Amino acid sequence: MSREQSFLEYVQGGGQVETGDWMPDEYRAKLIKFIEMHGNSELMGVLPEREWILRAPTLQRKLALTAKVQDEVGHAQLIYRVVEDLGKPREACLDDLVSGKAKFHNVFHYPTKTWGDVGVIAWLVDAAAIISQKALLKCSYAPYARIMKKICWEESFHILHGRDVVLTMMNGTDEQRELVQEAVTRWWGPLMHFHGNPIPAEEDPMLVWRIKSQGNEGARQQFLDGYVPQIWELGLTVPDPKLRKNEDGVWEYTEPDWDELRTVVTGHGPKTAERLDLRRLAREHSAWVREVVLAEAA
Amino acid sequence: MVYEVFRQERKGQPFQHAGAVTAPNREFAEAYAREQYGRRGESVALWVVPRDAVLEIDDFVDELERNYHRVDGYPLKEKLKEARERAGRAASRDR
Amino acid sequence: MSERAELLLEIADDELILGWRNSEWTGIAPFLEEDVAFSSIAQNEIGHARALYQLVAEELGTTADELAFDRSPHEYRCSRFVQLQLVADWARTIARHVLYEEADEQRIAALKASDDQDVAGLAAKIDREEVYHRLHAQMWHERLANEPRYIEALGELRPLVSERGEPTPDFAQLWEEMTMVRRSVPGATW
Repeated sequence: MSREQSFLEYVQGGGQVETGDWMPDEYRAKLIKFIEMHGNSELMGVLPEREWILRAPTLQRKLALTAKVQDEVGHAQLIYRVVEDLGKPREACLDDLVSGKAKFHNVFHYPTKTWGDVGVIAWLVDAAAIISQKALLKCSYAPYARIMKKICWEESFHILHGRDVVLTMMNGTDEQRELVQEAVTRWWGPLMHFHGNPIPAEEDPMLVWRIKSQGNEGARQQFLDGYVPQIWELGLTVPDPKLRKNEDGVWEYTEPDWDELRTVVTGHGPKTAERLDLRRLAREHSAWVREVVLAEAA
Repeated sequence: MVYEVFRQERKGQPFQHAGAVTAPNREFAEAYAREQYGRRGESVALWVVPRDAVLEIDDFVDELERNYHRVDGYPLKEKLKEARERAGRAASRDR
Repeated sequence: MSERAELLLEIADDELILGWRNSEWTGIAPFLEEDVAFSSIAQNEIGHARALYQLVAEELGTTADELAFDRSPHEYRCSRFVQLQLVADWARTIARHVLYEEADEQRIAALKASDDQDVAGLAAKIDREEVYHRLHAQMWHERLANEPRYIEALGELRPLVSERGEPTPDFAQLWEEMTMVRRSVPGATW
């Protein structure tokens, strides 16, 4: 049996891998790519939300939203540390991010237009993200599994904050309800894309290497099962006439346009260029700070 | 420099490795560890240590079956059975 | 309005606007660990503002949010220096942070000595949080001590510390953004 083969059997049997352990090149490469994309997503997710920190309409909302975004930055720090220990330094990840070489999740390529978006993102987008994150708690690569525990714990208030914002608006004026509905309608497409196109388990390297414990379609079904009832019970509608749960308990929906997903994550979303520019500029302006503070002596 | 952070969740619990922060010196490391691992009141104490100061040992040798100082070196079932039976026969002989 | 209310509003406005300015760095600070730390400072400042507004609100029969958001630009009493838009200039941001903490320390010490129990009590709580702000400011001050742009920033900002008066143009932009959601549906609960 080759070393690769016995490694595969080891992880498939629930074996855990630590930083210094031997691992196949392919496993390491797939891990770096996956985890790096996660870090990039946390960092890019900050940008649409931070505008609304400044516009938050009450002191409590301002505090909550600042804390939420702070958590996301903190998550990026945890995640890039894991990537660094796997062999790719943080600065290299950030270089690839701003140059457009590396990817980040589709939802962060779209604009936020109103306070309704703030509620809907924290409630539904974060919910979709938490489902993905829970599927990483048993990752075969232990350092990543360990940070996921802290990340999931911190995310727990994000969803509650989101629900609170939405419920307050739904109990408010007609204009506020309209803001929520409009945001749900606009975010539905990206939400359906979020978990990625369905891949058969045996062809999904993330499942084969036990990096994730749930496939894309499983995650999407879990999201629909948990959150469509929450949306409908508020009297909100979803812009998909085919959406329903069938007799077998499976959610049916209009097949998303997977080409659109591919176009967006390869850097052609409505806000991709603008947000990457902002990141690049901020980074350039503060390069001197990193040199003064972090430049290491040998 | 990378500083490893160990956190204690509640008094009485062991300190466990929580993660690491990048900082130029102790002062910065303290500020950053405090924020990353304590801003939510999730820890009662932290130990912050430069990565270089952590000595990892992960290879242990036991070539010659040193079970004399472990519980698995003492399978007593058979001996206990034999001793009980002997005591039982002795008791019935004495009556 | 009582003298007490006037003074507390002045401090609350400083903390709100400085907290607002500092929160502009969330997500784009020079590096991730600092981003997290600086965001806590901004949150604390807003928290202090909230507690101060609550004291004043009790006296005036209003709410903290109404005081924070529903006044016209001319009614805010913050110093001109906290109004300045300083992103993405870290040297000036830290210079302001250091200078502000220095001035604020004395102000809080005076409040802690107040005969008014509520004021003295709140000032003591704020002071305990500010200990960390001062440590953070000191840490950066030492690290940047030889940086020309930092030295220049200190020199430029120091004279502005206690200036109060007409709102700056930077404030007009800040106020627009800070109040836009509330103004979009007046009187609504958010």
